[in-house]
Amino acid sequence: MSIVVSNISKSYKTVKALKNISFKVKEGELFGLIGPDGAGKTTLFRVLTTLLIADNGEATVAGYDLIKDYKTIRESVGYMPGRFSLYQDLTVEENLKFFATIFGTTIAENYDLIKDIYVQIEPFKNRRAGKLSGGMKQKLALSCALIHKPKVLFLDEPTTGVDPVSRKEFWEMIKRLQQKGITILVSTPYMDEAALCDRIALIQDGTILQIDTPAAIIEHYPKAIYNVRADNMYQLIQNLKAYEHNHSVYPFGEFVHYTDKRAGFIPVQLQHYLEEKQLAGISIEITQPTIEDAFMELAK
Amino acid sequence: MMKNNYVIEVKELTKMFGDFTAVSAITFDVKQGEIFGFLGANGAGKTTAMKMLIGISKPTAGDAKVAGFDVASEAEDIKKNIGYMSQKFALYDDLTVKENITFFGGIYGLTRAKIKEKTNELTAELGLKDLTDQLVGALPLGWKQKLAFSVSLLHEPKIVFLDEPTGGVDPITRRQFWEMIYKSANKGTTIFVTTHYMDEAEYCDRVSIMVNGKIEALDSPKNLKEQYNAETMNDVFLKLARG
Amino acid sequence: MKQFRGFVIKEFYHIFRDKRSLFILFGMPVAQILLFGFAITNEINNVDIAVLDHSKDATTEEIINSISASEYFSIDQFIEREADIETVFKQGKVKAVLNIEKDFSRKLIKEGKAYVQIITDATDPNTANTIFNYVTAILQKYQGTQNKSTEFPYQIAAQTRMVYNPELKSVFMFVPGVMTIILMLVSAMMTSISITREKELGTMEILLVSPLKPFQVIVGKVVPYIFLSVINAIVIVVLSIFIFKMPVEGSLFLLGLESVLFIVTALALGILISSIAQTQQTAMMISLMGLMLPVILLSGFIFPISSMPVILQIISNIVPAKWFIIIIKGIMLKGVGLWFIWKETLILLGMTVFFIGLSVKKYKIRLE
Repeated sequence: MSIVVSNISKSYKTVKALKNISFKVKEGELFGLIGPDGAGKTTLFRVLTTLLIADNGEATVAGYDLIKDYKTIRESVGYMPGRFSLYQDLTVEENLKFFATIFGTTIAENYDLIKDIYVQIEPFKNRRAGKLSGGMKQKLALSCALIHKPKVLFLDEPTTGVDPVSRKEFWEMIKRLQQKGITILVSTPYMDEAALCDRIALIQDGTILQIDTPAAIIEHYPKAIYNVRADNMYQLIQNLKAYEHNHSVYPFGEFVHYTDKRAGFIPVQLQHYLEEKQLAGISIEITQPTIEDAFMELAK
Repeated sequence: MMKNNYVIEVKELTKMFGDFTAVSAITFDVKQGEIFGFLGANGAGKTTAMKMLIGISKPTAGDAKVAGFDVASEAEDIKKNIGYMSQKFALYDDLTVKENITFFGGIYGLTRAKIKEKTNELTAELGLKDLTDQLVGALPLGWKQKLAFSVSLLHEPKIVFLDEPTGGVDPITRRQFWEMIYKSANKGTTIFVTTHYMDEAEYCDRVSIMVNGKIEALDSPKNLKEQYNAETMNDVFLKLARG
Repeated sequence: MKQFRGFVIKEFYHIFRDKRSLFILFGMPVAQILLFGFAITNEINNVDIAVLDHSKDATTEEIINSISASEYFSIDQFIEREADIETVFKQGKVKAVLNIEKDFSRKLIKEGKAYVQIITDATDPNTANTIFNYVTAILQKYQGTQNKSTEFPYQIAAQTRMVYNPELKSVFMFVPGVMTIILMLVSAMMTSISITREKELGTMEILLVSPLKPFQVIVGKVVPYIFLSVINAIVIVVLSIFIFKMPVEGSLFLLGLESVLFIVTALALGILISSIAQTQQTAMMISLMGLMLPVILLSGFIFPISSMPVILQIISNIVPAKWFIIIIKGIMLKGVGLWFIWKETLILLGMTVFFIGLSVKKYKIRLE
């Protein structure tokens, strides 16, 4: 086991940021911590990288105890905190060299690890980090976190605020890293990224809602979901919510995800009801649940 | 509500910083009551374009009219007639819910009576009746965003500009937010929104995608998906941006 | 060691790439010295005075001539009546009035003494005092020349001599003070800002989750500023010697050592401040309020400590700048060696050790 967390709790004054968190991460696993702002993701990361001490509970990272062996942990992990935290007034190359040096290594020594990533920003190696675009800053930050060949990589919301293209590229990079045997713990608010992880933990308000592979979570979704469509989205939503048998009504792009309270739900009944309400262009089709559906169902 | 009224008319709008062209001759129109998604990667020129439309940046060339006012010469009138909300700042954390509503109501010239009426309306709708004296900073992010959206509508503007309004918010609250947007649009308010959540692009009536200062796509999500043979708006975006 | 070196190099990059801090580090010291040296002065030059000569005889004429001949005074006008004295002060045209009594020559010869009244405008007490001293000096001088050429017995006149700074050159007072301020500013404020900047940007998090030991971070932050402060100190001393002709009576080497000691004291204070402050703004505020102000007001830089109320005198003892100013003045103006200032040196040393100890204790190896 690369990371073992047992009953970790952490409070800030009145706010309980983490409530009795427990989970395990296998070596070489790509583990996702999925949840919105305020869920406790950053707090958990700070506890596991020894920046904060938990109020209760224990944990080991790469086999080392959080409290007793914190120094060793600090030498063995790579950490990419939420905000852009590289030196804006240093160039790309200077940043990389700095982090290599303080970890007692050189850029050359572990270059193969970051090569795929670094070649994309190498043309800009003499540019100040502050002048890079969001996607490039990410790549630089990732390179700096990897340069000392860590056993475990902690990435706190690395794709937040970055456009979809860069996000996709970033996840491709992480997947390739995983093949090199590094354990990666990533946090993200984007549910679609959850599907890319080996296993995920859904977290909200300091509590873990569920831990499993993305496929298993979808499989365990308790109800059948229907994509419902009509010409007037707003009216559709209002009417579905007014429908007495509805269990959940959530807009999902051009459809509404509808689940019914009843086990023996017949879509035609719903169709009649909507037609009575003067809606046009109605279509109701069963569909696959997504991680987001699962999250919302668990968070209810 | 005349649905063929154009509330935003943009023709060859351009912005240059020195030699660098941030926005290159973009042209598009937005109808009244439409939910218009303005998308693009970071650095594509989205923010610059939006700044021009809300009257805080002067175009280098081209024309644009917002709510009937010219962006270059009537910027102040534009500001009075639109609502604005951004992810970075919407409300004052160190003022209470009530104080924020009163403050922004005041800025937009609402009378005391109207402010009171709106406060009651707003807080009832959002379920914040018991929290009017709570500091906004102490509210969870989702509630803040919903409140900020409502505040941007206090003066019943024709158009509301939303700059990445749902960043970081949990999925349930995000949907509640979008339901509020639907409700507004249904009443005739035009919504101009930028977002990084491609699934939110699906909620829009029409979407434009900016790449390197130009508009490379402008259509309904359905048509775009057909055109690019993509299942989701996310895929449309990737195909466009990657070329 | 290599890690440490890498860290220090990074710090130098930050300093030289931030235009604002460069200005504070190099521009300000030079500007301050020149400003204080040239513009702000306690000296008097061509001060306008009025003369009310009741005698108008040969002696008084000689006295008036010697006064008007000096570079310090310029006779603006002669007034004729006592009543005019107040008028001429109210008009603000003169800073002093010489009131020479009737029958001056005769009284001097017959009775052996005659009076000259020196009335000064003391709305600016410093200048008033200086005027009084200068006039008296001129009179004494005149008296001295006169006595030599007559057979009358000596007048045992009290002689004032301004020791170590005979011309009361204000530069001599300001240079030690400015040097103290600059060193305090650069060392304490800049260091505290540099450390809190890391906290603010979030890079501190990354530094913590790395093999860098806390003391390496602190010392690494401090080393560039020691280096730069020493350069500043040298620049100030050189400027003082060559432009303002300030003497350095004592050993330059000792001056250097004591300066380094003070620099380290200030740095330790800077580190202490950074462990309390969470943002750069706070660090700057604390540095200005908690360091600058006491240095300017309570160190004896401008206002003599001995004239302050007792409570402030006691407080001034914990202001490191106070002791350093004593040390600098001693070395530069009095030429004393270590055996005269060992007490002050020891106090500074003690303070430094205390601040460093406190900083080390307070340095957080975690985020909260």
